[in-house]
Amino acid sequence: MADNREILLEVKDLSVTFGKKRNPFTAVDKVSFHIYKGETFGLVGESGSGKTTIGRAIIRINPTAGGDVLFHGEKINGPISRAKDREVTRKIQMIFQDPMASLNERAKVDYIVSEGLYSNGSHLTDQQRREKVAQALSDVGLLPEFADRFPHEFSGGQRQRIGIARALVMEPEFIIADEPISALDVSIRAQVLNLLSKLQKERGLTYLFIAHDLSVVRFICERIAVIHKGRIVELAESEQLFAHPLHPYTRALLSAIPQPDPISERKKVLEVYDPACHGYSPENPPLWEEVEPGHFVQGSRRELDAYRARL
Amino acid sequence: MENNVILSVQDLDVKFTLRGQVLHAIRGVSLDVYKGESLAIVGESGSGKSVFVKTFMGLLDANGYLDGGHILYGGQDLAQFRSEKEWLTIRGREIAMVLQDPMTSLNPLKTIGKQIEEAVVLHQGLKGEAAHQAVLSCLADVGIDQPEKRAKQYPHEFSGGMRQRVVIAIAIACRPKILICDEPTTALDVTIQAQILELIKAMQKKYDLTTIYITHDLGVVANVADRIAVMYAGDIVETGACDEVFYDPRHPYTWALLSSLPQLGVKGEPLYSIQGTPPNLFHEVRGDAFAPRNPQALKIDFVERPPFFQVSPTHKARTWLLDPRAPKVDPPAHILQLREQGVNRHG
Ligand SMILES: Nc1ncnc2c1ncn2[C@@H]1O[C@H](COP(=O)(O)OP(=O)(O)O)[C@@H](O)[C@H]1O
Ligand SMILES: Nc1ncnc2c1ncn2[C@@H]1O[C@H](COP(=O)(O)OP(=O)(O)O)[C@@H](O)[C@H]1O
Ligand SMILES: [Mg+2]
Ligand SMILES: [Mg+2]
Repeated sequence: MADNREILLEVKDLSVTFGKKRNPFTAVDKVSFHIYKGETFGLVGESGSGKTTIGRAIIRINPTAGGDVLFHGEKINGPISRAKDREVTRKIQMIFQDPMASLNERAKVDYIVSEGLYSNGSHLTDQQRREKVAQALSDVGLLPEFADRFPHEFSGGQRQRIGIARALVMEPEFIIADEPISALDVSIRAQVLNLLSKLQKERGLTYLFIAHDLSVVRFICERIAVIHKGRIVELAESEQLFAHPLHPYTRALLSAIPQPDPISERKKVLEVYDPACHGYSPENPPLWEEVEPGHFVQGSRRELDAYRARL
Repeated sequence: MENNVILSVQDLDVKFTLRGQVLHAIRGVSLDVYKGESLAIVGESGSGKSVFVKTFMGLLDANGYLDGGHILYGGQDLAQFRSEKEWLTIRGREIAMVLQDPMTSLNPLKTIGKQIEEAVVLHQGLKGEAAHQAVLSCLADVGIDQPEKRAKQYPHEFSGGMRQRVVIAIAIACRPKILICDEPTTALDVTIQAQILELIKAMQKKYDLTTIYITHDLGVVANVADRIAVMYAGDIVETGACDEVFYDPRHPYTWALLSSLPQLGVKGEPLYSIQGTPPNLFHEVRGDAFAPRNPQALKIDFVERPPFFQVSPTHKARTWLLDPRAPKVDPPAHILQLREQGVNRHG
């Protein structure tokens, strides 16, 4: 069904390692997925699973150890031309979790929001730049005069809006939102989520939405990939994933999320994931297969057959 | 005081002085805590949850003070305490606290075993080998494998979830009657969070504890609470049994809070969101503190602070909407939907 949709970003067998050449730590292990233009794609998993590292590899901060990142079908990881680098740096923006930590406390909002413009070598007059900042601030529901204030004068929700304005000012096509609402209160979360979807509708933006809270991801994402220890273990359309979670890690994650619904909480059965349950070995390696249209799972031959039988 | 009330807070006011200004953090709050219950205090950040429970342990910051009210516990009024010596009879041994960041409760320079042992020696009167054995059983109690080995390790050798287990072990070792858990799992992954919540529930059962959870996460509330107190701008605006608050909430703030959950949203449509911001507590609040953000506010909400109106023997809310003279205001659609769900599923 989705085959004729335009793919904006594709990640193929992406690996990222840290540490010494001789004894590297693989934070991202042969990860593959693609994101359609205009889509919101979710990436969920516990902390340390490699979500941020993938985001940073896409925006070219983390060097890749293997695989490709394709944007509009063109390779953007590894060595690329200076012009391409500038283009990618502008078109792909990242929003971070902790609005406090991600903003430079000593810089005024004006500088914070336009920082990307300076470093991207745009030839704007100061007047033009200020206009862009004012526009970006009002786009995220803040007053243009906030440009002259410092981040500490704002609430958590307002800081996250500043973070979004900072991305918008670059007129991106693709935004990586790395846990943008995890640090916010329930009511503020709703405001920020609404803002993100409004901007998406108005500008045809594409999002990679990183989170550890599956209920939020379910609400805003069309498709979701579940990552565990650097590997994607399941990928499906949101409703498919919630209706038929197959991989035991996905199931554990789903069962662990507390629902704001006492009756279902009382009935809840916690599932615990034991990675040894797969019995992987060189003869019985993990495979990645489509078990129903659009629904991919990692598993052994035997497990995959069982998943298909269950559907 | 009623028999089954273990702690009774009455008309409590807490203020802070900051650069010559006074912030009214807790505004005349009363709350009874029942023996053996699991009470969740829920509210957004800054609503006063932590400040409120800190007063039960004499842990207010130096610029904070009680400006009236009573905290009745064990035949004493804790609000009258003036010395550390008095507080030491309560802190840890009667009321213990587990905080969001376990490192604030642990000493990074001492082994885990040593830290638990101190509690065991002080509160259970054990010594030598008996104390050592008690430490090991404490660790086993909170689900830490290989207690012999783990007791010799330092906090940094433990993961976040394991550290939180240690903090719980220390709290329990003091044999408190009340365990306060202030956002105990906010910093943890959901799978670890679920395990820690299960652990606290198990400890509550095993040691006959009364637990007070503080959280902004309504999922956690639904998981742990027998009873809920909803806090807004330094005031408790609604209390009730867990299901009463979730399926039949009465205060407009509770309505707004529940309505903004993504779980109740319809994909592709905007989520309900509360407009505006909480009031500035440096200024005296007039009327119902939520009125300026409440699209259905009545005139009187801006003028006079509502009293509590009883909804059921266990449920009450501080809103003029419950006054018999009030015009009939229907709750928002989301809330009606919740009510229906609650009715249908309770059978
Ligand atoms: N710059 C770095 N140097 C070394 N290790 C790193 C670095 N960044 C991330 N890691 C490690 O890579 C793993 C994945 O981290 P991260 O992508 O931040 O996870 P997530 O965002 O899912 O919480 C973790 O084990 C983390 O410690
Ligand atoms: N030491 C302090 N000095 C001044 N204001 C304080 C102090 N501690 C807390 N407050 C204020 O008291 C209010 C309640 O804070 P708190 O109880 O920590 O909120 P919560 O735990 O609900 O997030 C907030 O407005 C906070 O800024
Ligand atoms: Mg991360
Ligand atoms: Mg707090």
